[in-house]
Amino acid sequence: MEFNADNIIYWEWDFIRINATLIYSWMVMGFLTIGAWTVTSRIDPQTSISRWQHLLEAVVTLIREQIQEASRQEPDRYLPFIGTLFLYILVSNVMDVVPGFTGPTTSLSTTAALATIVFFAVPVFGIMRQGVKGYLSQYLKPTPFMLPFNIIGEISRTVALAIRLFGNIMSGSLIVAILVSLAPLFFPVAMQAFSLLIGVIQAYVFAILALVYIASGQRSRSSIIEATEEETQTNTTINNESEV
Amino acid sequence: MDAITTIGMISIIVSGFTIAVGSVGPALGEGKALSQALTAIAQQPDESPTITRTLFVGLAMVESTAIYCFVVALILIFANPFWDYVINMAGG
Repeated sequence: MEFNADNIIYWEWDFIRINATLIYSWMVMGFLTIGAWTVTSRIDPQTSISRWQHLLEAVVTLIREQIQEASRQEPDRYLPFIGTLFLYILVSNVMDVVPGFTGPTTSLSTTAALATIVFFAVPVFGIMRQGVKGYLSQYLKPTPFMLPFNIIGEISRTVALAIRLFGNIMSGSLIVAILVSLAPLFFPVAMQAFSLLIGVIQAYVFAILALVYIASGQRSRSSIIEATEEETQTNTTINNESEV
Repeated sequence: MDAITTIGMISIIVSGFTIAVGSVGPALGEGKALSQALTAIAQQPDESPTITRTLFVGLAMVESTAIYCFVVALILIFANPFWDYVINMAGG
């Protein structure tokens, strides 16, 4: 078994290399794009709809509900970005079970690229919401002494995002590869079923964490004050009730 | 014992220790988090979707420390920089 799919190179010209990770991520992208395009080209506002339209509507509704509950904001702002991340990671994790297919998320370069996208999406969404000055002033809160720690936190959580996804998915496929050489009859199937579960959970976790990072970069000063006021109000009501 | 043998032996022993020590802490933490979540669901069954979602995200965060140890163990075994350095020195 090749440990790193980046080292399987199909075509090379000067500094341009087409390796297995690229091919498989193009396959996932093509699968998602063609699938969504064929379904939405025959979209129908009637009450009786095709089963594939049902599937897509259920998926989009699910993602919208989850974004709504996790961020407590209007979900349509985040739906394209978070939904794309979730579906791409989900499909590549699940298709990792297909024999001969190496999911692109088993390579650190793919997960690092995804985490870098999240890293740059946080300031983009934050600046769109509250302007350059409002966004940058967040780094000086609560005191300007926290500036280096805020920056380090931003970088380290990006690295953690990449390593978490890569380690979880790659460990699943590595354990299956080891078990195939030790006990090839039944145990690899059980571990693959387990890695299906892990893959779905990790896709969910990646999307939710990206959403949480983006939403925390958007928190304007007024909303924080509102939240603390609400909290103090509930605290006082609780105190009053206990006194009564 | 030459340098390659020493580096290989120490790498294998330390990678075993890395994954052993690194899996104990997250296992204790995850067990504690799971038991607390079960208690919370038993007390407030209506809140179980929120509790489950927070539990999954939290478990993934806790588990990531074990994953870091796993990645370090893999680097020690499969992509050891010192090993490569010594082999390059011997070859060149």
